[in-house]
Amino acid sequence: MTEDARFGLARHVRLPGPLRLDGGALLSPVEIAYETYGTLNADRSNAVLICHALTGDQHVASPHPVTGKPGWWARMVGPGKPVDPARHFVICTNVIGSCMGSSGPATINPATGTHWGMAFPVITIRDMVRAQALLLDHLGIATLAAVIGGSMGGMQALSWPATFPDRVRAAVVIASTARHSAQNIAFHEVGRQAIMADVKWRGGAYYETGDPPAAGLAVARMAAHITYLSEAGLTEKFGRRLQQRPDRPDGAISFGFDADFQIESYLRHQGISFVDRFDANSYLYITRATDYFDLASEHGGHLANAFRATKARFCLVSFDTDWLYPTPASRAIVHALNAAGAPVSFVELSSPYGHDAFLLDAPEMNRVVDGFLRAGA
Amino acid sequence: MTLRPDLAIIADHVAPGSRILDVGCGDGALMAALRDSKGVDARGLELDSANVAAAVSRGLSVIQGDADIDLADYPDASFDYAILSQTLQTARRPDVVLDHLLRVGRQAFVSFPNFAHWRVRMSLLWGGRMPVTRLLPEQWFDTPNIHHVTIEDFRAFVKARGIEVQGAWFLSGDQQTGSVQANLLAEHAVFKLGGVVRKD
Repeated sequence: MTEDARFGLARHVRLPGPLRLDGGALLSPVEIAYETYGTLNADRSNAVLICHALTGDQHVASPHPVTGKPGWWARMVGPGKPVDPARHFVICTNVIGSCMGSSGPATINPATGTHWGMAFPVITIRDMVRAQALLLDHLGIATLAAVIGGSMGGMQALSWPATFPDRVRAAVVIASTARHSAQNIAFHEVGRQAIMADVKWRGGAYYETGDPPAAGLAVARMAAHITYLSEAGLTEKFGRRLQQRPDRPDGAISFGFDADFQIESYLRHQGISFVDRFDANSYLYITRATDYFDLASEHGGHLANAFRATKARFCLVSFDTDWLYPTPASRAIVHALNAAGAPVSFVELSSPYGHDAFLLDAPEMNRVVDGFLRAGA
Repeated sequence: MTLRPDLAIIADHVAPGSRILDVGCGDGALMAALRDSKGVDARGLELDSANVAAAVSRGLSVIQGDADIDLADYPDASFDYAILSQTLQTARRPDVVLDHLLRVGRQAFVSFPNFAHWRVRMSLLWGGRMPVTRLLPEQWFDTPNIHHVTIEDFRAFVKARGIEVQGAWFLSGDQQTGSVQANLLAEHAVFKLGGVVRKD
C-alpha cells in the first residue's frame, strides 16, 4: 500500500470551500490542521473524531510542538486506551478560529494578504463541525463510528449528530453542556475584556508588531483557569500556603503585591505559560463561539428536536465537582435524548478535580467510554 | 450466568423484541440477558455510579438517576414494560414511583421482598428485633429499605388504585411457591401490572 499523504501526524490541508458560516459569511479557503492515528479499515467504518476543548489542539496523542508536552488526551487515545489506533482510525482537527494551523484570525486573509485579525468572521460551534465535515469529505470518510469530546469538544460532539444525523453512529459528550449559561458567558466576557483592555491588542491588529497583548491574554487565562478547578481541589493543593522566598524560606506575607500566596504564583504561571502557545484573537473568537452555543435554539427551542433525526447512540459523563458545566447541564441533555427516544447512557463520576477531571487520570471514565465504544463495534 | 430468581421470572414473561425500562437496573444483568436472549431494546436507570459504569461497560444504555426524581422525565408509554425489581421498598414515595412506572410503561413488573414472611414475623414476635434475613440483610439503621411492604399490602394497594394485576409469582428459597398463603410463605413476590383499569 502506498503512503497516503492525507494521513499521519501534523497534517495541514487547504480546502477550497466555500464554507457558509452561521453568521452569513463565506469562508474560503478553509485551512485545517489535523492529525490521524491508526489505519482506516477497508469499509471505512472505524473512524473516530476527537474534538478538542477551548484552547486545545490537534495533538491529541502526540507531543505539542511548542511545549513538548505529551498529547492532551493521551490518557484516552493511544495503545490500550479506549480509543486505540490499533482498532480505530483516529482524527483530531484544530477547530477553525483557533491558532494551531486552521483558519482563524492569525492566518492570512487571501483578500488582503495580511492576517485576518478581527476581520475574521465570527464563528459558531456548528461552523467548527461543518469544517470538520469538509475534512472528512476530503479524507473519504462518510460516517464516523464515534465523535468524542470534553468541554467545548463535547459541544462539538453534540452538534455533530444534530447537524449531520446520518454521519455519526455514536457520540461521547464529557463534562459539557448544550448551552452556555449566564455565568459561563460572564467568565468569558471577563477574559475578553482583559485582552481588549491591553493596549497592545490594537483592535486585534498586533501580528505585525511582534508584541501581542500577552498581559491581557494571561489575565484571561487566569480567570478561566479558576473555573476549571474545584474549590476543594484548590484548598487541598494550595490552601492559604505562602510562597517560599530566598530571604524567607518558610514563607511570609510581604505587605506588598507580589505573589505571596502559592495560588497566586500558580495562576500567574498558568497565565504566562499560556501566552507562549495561544493567540489572543483566537481566544476572543473561540470563547464567542461557545457563548453563542445553544443547541436548542438551533432547533426551534426544543433540545429534543436536535436529536430526532439521528440514530446515534449517546454517552454522557459529568463530574461531581465540575461547577463550570455541572451535572444538571448533562442531565438536561439526557432528558432531551430520552424524550427523543435516543439510546443514551449517563454517569456522574466523582473526582476532586472539578472541570479539568476529564483531562486527568479517570479510570472510571475510561472504563465507561471503552465499554460504550465496544458495544457499537 | 444465571439470573436472580425474580429476574428470571420477569425475563420469562417479557415478549421478544420489546422495549423495556429497568428501574434500579443494578449492573444490568437482566437487561443484558433480555438483550442477548430476546433481542429486547433495554434501557436502565440506576442510582449507584459504579453499577452504571459496569452496565455501560457491557454495552447497555443506562442513565444514572434516582427513581424518585428522574422517572418523571420519561415520556408517556415510551416502553412496553417498565421493570422495578427490588427497588420499590427503597423509594421515598413508592406510590409516586409506581404511578410513573405505569405511565412510562404499558405494562410493569414489580418485585419486592415480602415483609410478612414467617421468618420476619418470628423475628419480630419472638426476638422483638427488626428482622435481619437473607433477603433483608441490613440492620434497621443502615438499611436502604425504608418502606417495608407485604404481599397483602401490595395487593390492597393495587386494588385500591384500580391497577390490573396480570400475573403474580411467589418465591421461597429461590423456588416458586403457591399463591395460597403466599403472604406467610413467600420471601419474595413478582407482580405483573397492566395499567390502571379504574380510577376513583
